[in-house]
Amino acid sequence: MNRHEALNEFKKVLAPYTLHKEKLDTIGDDTDLVKDLQINSANLVDIIIDAENNYHIEIDNDSVEKMYNVGSCLDVILKKINEKNA
Amino acid sequence: MNRRVVVTGLGVVAPNGIGIPSFLEAIKNGVSGVKFIPRYKELNFNCQVSGFPDFLFDDLRNYLPETIFHGLKSGGIGYGIKAAADAWIDAGNDLQHDEPRWETGCVFGNSVADSELIKQVIIKVDGKEARKLGSRMVEQVMLSGVSAYIEGMLGLGNKVITNSAACATGTQAILMGYEYIKYGMAERMIAGSSEHVDQYIFGAFDSMRILPRKNNDEPEKASRPMSSSASGFVPGSGAAALVLEDLDFALKRNATIYAEILGGTSNSGGQKCGGSMTAPNPDGVIKCISQALLQSNVSPGAIDLISGHLTATAADKSEIGNWATALQRSGKDFPKINSLKSMIGHCLSAAGSIESVAVILQILYQFVHPNINLEDPNPLITDIIDESCMPVKFENAGINIVAKANFGFGDVNSCVIFSKFNKT
Repeated sequence: MNRHEALNEFKKVLAPYTLHKEKLDTIGDDTDLVKDLQINSANLVDIIIDAENNYHIEIDNDSVEKMYNVGSCLDVILKKINEKNA
Repeated sequence: MNRRVVVTGLGVVAPNGIGIPSFLEAIKNGVSGVKFIPRYKELNFNCQVSGFPDFLFDDLRNYLPETIFHGLKSGGIGYGIKAAADAWIDAGNDLQHDEPRWETGCVFGNSVADSELIKQVIIKVDGKEARKLGSRMVEQVMLSGVSAYIEGMLGLGNKVITNSAACATGTQAILMGYEYIKYGMAERMIAGSSEHVDQYIFGAFDSMRILPRKNNDEPEKASRPMSSSASGFVPGSGAAALVLEDLDFALKRNATIYAEILGGTSNSGGQKCGGSMTAPNPDGVIKCISQALLQSNVSPGAIDLISGHLTATAADKSEIGNWATALQRSGKDFPKINSLKSMIGHCLSAAGSIESVAVILQILYQFVHPNINLEDPNPLITDIIDESCMPVKFENAGINIVAKANFGFGDVNSCVIFSKFNKT
């Protein structure tokens, strides 16, 4: 899975947690989940659980702490996918 | 301060009707909402029938933002949200509001958190996967979940309370809402209760051998309050909500007024003198009814209708005796009395609020709903009151004042006096 494909998958993961659907079309690495997409910060754990199910990966606690914007989320997700396939 | 408290909005999720128009038709026509539950047969329950609303969880999308709806699973919370939102809209209000409504609060009761959800927690925790439970579990297994969701949906800024008094919960919630307004602490309160009886709660009741087991093949006949063939109560699920308002507040916004609450009492029999965890002390019940009348400044002779607790157990006879003693009325002089439980079963915490909605509809449309399944009135009851006091068919009637009571495990009692609204 390349970064572009991972981003498209990630938009589906984020969709139920934001009311600003129109912003999902234009998200990029710098998009902040809480500030830009107005996602309730309590839901970040749900997004991680959904991402784990969606990409069939496990995300450890240290990695979770690095996930705050779209770019950092994709970094972790792609790293975990690569580790799994290695 | 002499504030008057009126009812201006109603919402209901009942086994025999969701929404006021459908519920009104059902209670006028004696429509049963008790159904056979195949799963209960598989589980070897003695009683395999239950009152279940035909509730579509997806309907909640009409009231909640998608981000709140996504991840919401609790049946009891779902029923409560629907009932409260419908009552709020029925009272002429918008769901949308940017600022907290400081003048409006909520008392919404329930008896147990969703044990299906608690089961998911237990499975994940025992499977060492607690981290996969996510953020939405705690808010749905906490007892105050239902009032918290309602508060968030409506932006309520006054007292937000969850009460719990077993089968007296709903009536007690309405009384608490009334008191906060009466004594000037709030202008408006959403009051109600919800109950989702899942298989785990149902099983625990089944084990007590207080549920009927002989009507599994004809579920609509299983709930038989006041009859000789009554053999236990049929558990039910659902919710109801009332919008209560200070009269001046309601008049100022030109609200439609359905009824007035004159007063009420909540007490306990202390589990003494015949009372126990599961049976009421008759003195407590009599005191509760008498004080409710006194507090409402209503004479016993003025009661036109009693909406009883009357669950279809041996306690029905004692309840009738307690009403007769408290009101000093018997035989043909006894008021009309009915039990909505004959149609929907016993919705436990939700019983008091659903039955109160039925009371207000009977006041508003001037009728007495039938007691179904009462072909064979219990002779011990007809020794106390005349058979004509327990209508088995819809009756048009001048209903001005109604006493509504419920009695719950823990020997707790609640009685509320409702009246037709007269401006002067």
